[in-house]
Amino acid sequence: MKILVCIAQAPDTTSKIAFTDNNTRFNEAGVTYIINPYDEWYALVRALELKEAGTAGEVHLVTVGNAGSEAIMRKALALGGDQAYRINTESTDTYLVAEQIAAFAKDKGYDLVLTGKESIDYNNGSIGASIAAALDTEYVGFATKLDVSGNTVTVTREIEGGEETDTVNTPVVISCQKGMAEARIPNMRGIMAARTKPLNVIEPTGTAALTQIASYELLPPKSGVKLFEADQMDALVEALHKDAKVI
Amino acid sequence: MSVLVFVENNQGSFKKKTYELINYAAEVAKRTGGDTTALVLGQADDAALAALGNYGAVKVLHDSNAAFNNFGTRAFSKAVIAAAQKTGAKVIITNYDVEGKSIAGYVAAALKAGLVSGAVDYPVTEGGFTVKKTVFSGKAFANITITSDIKVVSLVPNTFPVQKTDAAATVEAFDTGVSTNNVTVKEVNKVTGAVPLGEAELVVSGGRGLKGPENWGIVEDLASALGAALACSRPVADAHWRPHHEHVGQTGGTIRPNLYVACGISGAIQHLAGVNSSKCIVVINKDPEAPFFKAADYGVVGDVFEILPKLTEAVKKFKAGHA
Ligand SMILES: Cc1cc2nc3c(=O)[nH]c(=O)nc-3n(C[C@H](O)[C@H](O)[C@H](O)COP(=O)(O)OP(=O)(O)OC[C@H]3O[C@@H](n4cnc5c(N)ncnc54)[C@H](O)[C@@H]3O)c2cc1C
Ligand SMILES: Nc1ncnc2c1ncn2[C@@H]1O[C@H](COP(=O)(O)O)[C@@H](O)[C@H]1O
Repeated sequence: MKILVCIAQAPDTTSKIAFTDNNTRFNEAGVTYIINPYDEWYALVRALELKEAGTAGEVHLVTVGNAGSEAIMRKALALGGDQAYRINTESTDTYLVAEQIAAFAKDKGYDLVLTGKESIDYNNGSIGASIAAALDTEYVGFATKLDVSGNTVTVTREIEGGEETDTVNTPVVISCQKGMAEARIPNMRGIMAARTKPLNVIEPTGTAALTQIASYELLPPKSGVKLFEADQMDALVEALHKDAKVI
Repeated sequence: MSVLVFVENNQGSFKKKTYELINYAAEVAKRTGGDTTALVLGQADDAALAALGNYGAVKVLHDSNAAFNNFGTRAFSKAVIAAAQKTGAKVIITNYDVEGKSIAGYVAAALKAGLVSGAVDYPVTEGGFTVKKTVFSGKAFANITITSDIKVVSLVPNTFPVQKTDAAATVEAFDTGVSTNNVTVKEVNKVTGAVPLGEAELVVSGGRGLKGPENWGIVEDLASALGAALACSRPVADAHWRPHHEHVGQTGGTIRPNLYVACGISGAIQHLAGVNSSKCIVVINKDPEAPFFKAADYGVVGDVFEILPKLTEAVKKFKAGHA
């Protein structure tokens, strides 16, 4: 079986979030980019485990992004991906990214397409489902465990207040989150091997985005913490009731 | 604009976030000069369906096909698409939760509709259709304009208070044409007893400052006095002091409760990423320099072993007075 892992680039969590051009662009100055953690730690590592167990053959990687995202693809190759594909267009909107990935994946016979549960910058959590719609396949979101036997996929996923284990047939798109695998770091052999692994560049289809970012706003700064002493717990509870109105 | 809202059905009953969602859909319809249709899939009785009118649904379409007895993204999404086509809906609304996010993504791509996933306000419709959502794990907002004819929006639960009237909806049986579901359920494991974390309005969370799992009683006491769910920091789950589903943060769950009480947690940026969007944050930490105080609304500088029992007593006293 063949697995495709969708890899997004995301600003490192410790990045300073700021905007430029009259609050219409994310300020990339000084920002370090990483592989979106859910894609790396869960989707990619689980795909590699399935390969190592002999369940899966090749693990392919795809990203929609400009040349700036090659570094993260090299890292994903170093972790153990076999082939990397970069669809050469800016990743601006769910529809555009999903259509590009689906157009690429369509005739390649992937049994599993894995995504992360969400990107840590846009937090949409929806691209996997959009890819499934474009490929007309099933989608299982927010999976915490994934096993494959023949063409049957057994997947445990988050539900409200617990978990549910489902079975579904391949091909299927699955979004992955914590529980599925343990994070790895690339070893020297992987890093060396990644240097010669192919990083293919694919030109995008003509699909246009259906949304535009009009502006960004930073969260209004907290007005400052109001402190209470140990013997003022009644006053704290009163403040939670009267001022914050949360109890 | 005609609005379609997907209503999550829990064996014939509905959750508060669903009522909030129908309110939201009705308000969007009102502002754009249309009406609101709710789609309910799976078994539910007519009285319960008509009562969705209390929250603003004008009409309820209902398909009780057995294919909807368990959730499958494709079957549910195809049903939503059929209902959108029948009603000519221009706006399709779901919750920003596990089912809603899946349906929204699927339906948007299938209908070539722009999507805003995680809305936190009503759309602004002067000169377009622009919706505010949180980005960067709660550190900022983006105002996103949808340019397609059909628009899909998922709403973050707990954004608006629920409004109720005594209006009733008309209920219509509707054959969505969906009769198969590719997903088979093998096992369901619900966390019993406690308030589930994902949908909790109040959350009490503990970190390494608690020193060990044997000390969690004081955290649980506060949570039960408040009726809150439990959460924890990552090292606490990694050390198996608490189960992994309680771990919040960048690598754990993302929550948006009304109240988050952080006990003995330093407030590392990776932890904040999961809890930043809480409406009100209370921090209890013995170190006045703990970074969490910068993200807090209320704080107590002190020892959790002294403060928590006192806070629990104060909550109990308050509850007794407001019963
Ligand atoms: C890539 C990455 C991802 C991560 N993801 C997550 C994540 O998802 N979630 C997460 O939580 N962390 C995550 N972390 C870890 C994070 O950086 C912090 O290390 C972690 O949140 C610290 O947990 P803590 O606050 O419980 O412990 P500590 O940092 O040890 O803090 C304990 C706090 O308790 C206080 N304290 C001690 N004793 C008492 C007492 N008696 N009374 C009151 N206060 C007391 C101390 O002053 C201190 O502030 C991640 C880290 C990395 C690098
Ligand atoms: N530009 C991209 N290229 C490839 N995969 C992506 C891209 N953006 C998002 N994804 C995938 O879709 C998942 C969900 O992203 P989102 O719906 O934006 O929150 C991510 O975890 C990735 O696996």
